[in-house]
Amino acid sequence: MSLPNRFSSIAASSIAGRQRTPLKPLARFFVLALAVAVTAGCSSTGGTQGGESYGDATGSNGTRGNGASTSGTGSGGQYGTDGAGRSDVGQQADSRIPEVRTIYFAFDRDTIKDEYESVVMAHARYLRTNDDAHVVLKGHTDERGTREYNLALGERRANAVKRFLRVQGVSSSRMSVVSYGEERPAVRGNDDQARGRNRRVQFSY
Amino acid sequence: MKMPENLPLRSAYLAHAAVALALVLFASMARADDLTIEITRGSDSATPIGVVPFQGSDSLSGDVARIVQDDLARSGYFDPLARDAMFARPHSADDVAFGDWRSLDVRYLLVGRREQNADGNAIRYDLLDVSGGRPILQESITVGSDHLRGAAHRISDAVFEAITDIRGAFSTRIAYVTAQGVGDNIDYGLYVADADGHNSQSVLTSNEPILSPAWSPDGKKLAYVSFENERPSIYVQQVSSGERIRLTDFDGINGAPAWSPDGRRMAMSLSRDGQPEIYLMNLADREIQRLTHNASIDTEPSWAPDGRSLVFTSDRSGGPQLYRYSLDSGQAERLTFTGQYNARGRIGPYSEQVFMVHRSKQGYQVARQDLESGRLVVLSDSTQDESPSIAPNGTMLLFATQQGGKGVLSAVSVDGRASFRLPAASGDVREPAWSPFPSSGR
Repeated sequence: MSLPNRFSSIAASSIAGRQRTPLKPLARFFVLALAVAVTAGCSSTGGTQGGESYGDATGSNGTRGNGASTSGTGSGGQYGTDGAGRSDVGQQADSRIPEVRTIYFAFDRDTIKDEYESVVMAHARYLRTNDDAHVVLKGHTDERGTREYNLALGERRANAVKRFLRVQGVSSSRMSVVSYGEERPAVRGNDDQARGRNRRVQFSY
Repeated sequence: MKMPENLPLRSAYLAHAAVALALVLFASMARADDLTIEITRGSDSATPIGVVPFQGSDSLSGDVARIVQDDLARSGYFDPLARDAMFARPHSADDVAFGDWRSLDVRYLLVGRREQNADGNAIRYDLLDVSGGRPILQESITVGSDHLRGAAHRISDAVFEAITDIRGAFSTRIAYVTAQGVGDNIDYGLYVADADGHNSQSVLTSNEPILSPAWSPDGKKLAYVSFENERPSIYVQQVSSGERIRLTDFDGINGAPAWSPDGRRMAMSLSRDGQPEIYLMNLADREIQRLTHNASIDTEPSWAPDGRSLVFTSDRSGGPQLYRYSLDSGQAERLTFTGQYNARGRIGPYSEQVFMVHRSKQGYQVARQDLESGRLVVLSDSTQDESPSIAPNGTMLLFATQQGGKGVLSAVSVDGRASFRLPAASGDVREPAWSPFPSSGR
């Protein structure tokens, strides 16, 4: 499933901008941590991610404006355009809830796609930097199949993200998992695109 | 292990829930948005019957014969004669010219009239065998002024049983879930209605998901899963009073409640130990017992009528398939082998068949598998069918499907020959649960 980039332009530009700066010690740590995650069998197929996959990663959650206002960061859009190229962007980002708060999954899978690993890592960074932050990982499925079985599948997805975060050094006590199964679709419709947008895990702070 | 009597409520959840949740505990008035019936397929083997308009039924503020006729037509067992094809409208056996009805190829005739008895309004009716020219049922039932539909359904039950030898299920009720909206703005509702979709009453409304309604064996309570505290818990609610308790509040999934046939235990799926497993809760002391032990998904338990085994869904073989857990042996055996996806099994009231959601080449459909032969037959013909629920007399299956992008309820006879739909005026309707027979009356 490929997501259209129009959902992602703003958030993508900010993260991609950050990613293009040379690797700092912190970033190097994350690459290392990713390697650990991979060897820990954390549903990851590994591989490094460049600016390209970061761009694809966003997909956003369709609530760009909402996300920004609920996090209290003012305007996410400005951050996106102004932030690119600034040397302190990475530091700033760690004190703010990452803007991309939804990642998407393939049908019947709970594997975190390569393109979303950076998103999960941004949340790991945020959670490590902010001791009192707590995230609820909300797992969702598309509408196909039975409801209770989909609750279980949604929980599997959210748990895959939780495992990934734990390997990244986030304590389990800072995370909780709730599966909504197919009960809270992000979009209506039963074509492949709508289903792809519904198979997701949301980071809710 | 035990559930504490006073369940600790997370304060944040509670505060949020107080704002977020509009609890409507049994608004007792009938709703304008009752489900309506559309017969989509009649059975070609249906028995022709004439249901003559009852005399004086206008003064009962309703057309009793029409309600009976619709009940019988919906069952798939009967093919009622159109009213405008009737030569005459007799109201008692004495007035019937049997030859006229024979010429219309009608096998049975139902006539009736209003009368007064000691308790007030009553309806006297005669069910006649047209070929034999004789009555097979002659009864009178008392009608409370506000229970006309109930009286009509009781007549349907009696007629159905007199002719088919199968207990009628027209006086039963259905529970179902409604949803309207998308994303973070969805209104969910749990309703009960008569089996024909009329007299719908709200049980619970919420802006957090509600799912998996399950009737207690006495038909007086509903168990369901509600996310009103922003995570799933199982609740048990008295339908008539609205009084309820939160039965479970474990970490993770609290789902798929299923009452044991004796009403003393509840099977459920809990993921408190990591992944969903099947548990039994003793309802008297809330002690739980874990039945399944593996690293896969185990959910959607459902009891065999004798209460000695449970059918459930597990993906231990890779994809979801049905298994049967024997409470005697403590072992589970796989039941389904046709196709890659068989889930949410329900054993029929006579224990011969299991009904499920089956993924075919066409899509997700309702299917039945003969437990003896293992043969699987697809019963529905759309692509997104789910939540099959069997009438307590085993004749019809109610399920959820899509029509024009909307969730609607649909029903099909167990032999697959007759079907009808129950669309709602607006929003999605889903997760039908057919009630047991009413506990009073027999």
